[in-house]
Amino acid sequence: MAAETFEPEIVAFCCTYCAYAAADLAGSMRLRYPTNVKIVKIPCTGKLDSLYIMRAFEKGADGVYVAGCLEGQCHFLEGNINAKRRVKYLKKVLEEIGIGGERLEMYNMSAAMGPRFAEVANEFTARIRELGPSPLSATAKHKVPASSGTAAEQ
Amino acid sequence: MIIAEQKPLSEIEEMLADCHKVMVAGCGTCVTVCFAGGEKEVGLLASALRMARELKGQPLETLERTLHRQCEWEFVDPVKAELEGIDAILSLGCGVGVQALSERLPGVRVLPALNTKFMGLPLEQGVWSERCAGCGDCVLDLTGGICPIARCSKSLLNGPCGGSASGKCEISPDVDCGWQLIYDRLESLGRLDLMEEPIPPKDWSYARDGGPRRIVREDLRLGQ
Repeated sequence: MAAETFEPEIVAFCCTYCAYAAADLAGSMRLRYPTNVKIVKIPCTGKLDSLYIMRAFEKGADGVYVAGCLEGQCHFLEGNINAKRRVKYLKKVLEEIGIGGERLEMYNMSAAMGPRFAEVANEFTARIRELGPSPLSATAKHKVPASSGTAAEQ
Repeated sequence: MIIAEQKPLSEIEEMLADCHKVMVAGCGTCVTVCFAGGEKEVGLLASALRMARELKGQPLETLERTLHRQCEWEFVDPVKAELEGIDAILSLGCGVGVQALSERLPGVRVLPALNTKFMGLPLEQGVWSERCAGCGDCVLDLTGGICPIARCSKSLLNGPCGGSASGKCEISPDVDCGWQLIYDRLESLGRLDLMEEPIPPKDWSYARDGGPRRIVREDLRLGQ
């Protein structure tokens, strides 16, 4: 059965001050977490552009999560709170277009929470396995046009 | 500036139902500043539309362009070179932008992705509020710089009315009473005497009631 062998592609946007360091710690602690999770390091979840998330799904990700600092502990004070709002909005958009809002999530953790990082990776991978492949990945991988720009500048 | 917000995605999808390739056109001025139709919103909307259509088995090709200003010919004209094979332009400009594109690009279907709401300002990031109703005959000199047309729900010239309670308008506890604001402002300016002067009935022919408006400045025109 395809569902049994389904290995989801998951993109995790991780803040360099917390979740990325937590991933590092998880590694040092020899904790196991699924290889499905591909980490993208960002300077703060507040830097996370909504377009990055949309592009990830458009290019075939089955799930995306954003991992930032614990609330109240953002290195830039409120980047993680701003990211939380963006994630909430994009979940709605994804639901509306038929991808499903549950394929996107926001998590919070500190740099010392290596085990929590592994737990989140396991938990989210299990969720996406349960949901199955992104409806988009059934229609082959997607080309994202490089045709954005300002007409008047040309 | 002009404040707009995106139409529901389902409504936009319906407009584009018979299109295979569209130009998603943003505008670099007001709607960029109010996060409704700038380069980023163009990217997000185009991405959402591509995915939604892909899932329906009817792929949509998008060409993303953000004009400096959709409301001036010189910025609209460069688009003409890129219309080959385009079924429609989905404009993220205000109502003026959509109409400017329609007017300048004959034979091209231009569709609105935004609802143009009002002329106003951002109170804080993500919150906008109406300030001017474009009535064509400004009375702000008489009202302490607070507009009774835009800020009073009834556009009263000699308010407040009986619906003003504790500084709020009867239509909603979230709406300030425009005339309370005017009173407070005049009081702080030491000009409460202006409240004693009745403002005469307004000539609404300068507003939309007089039909579509036009300004001609002979001193600025060029040529013969």
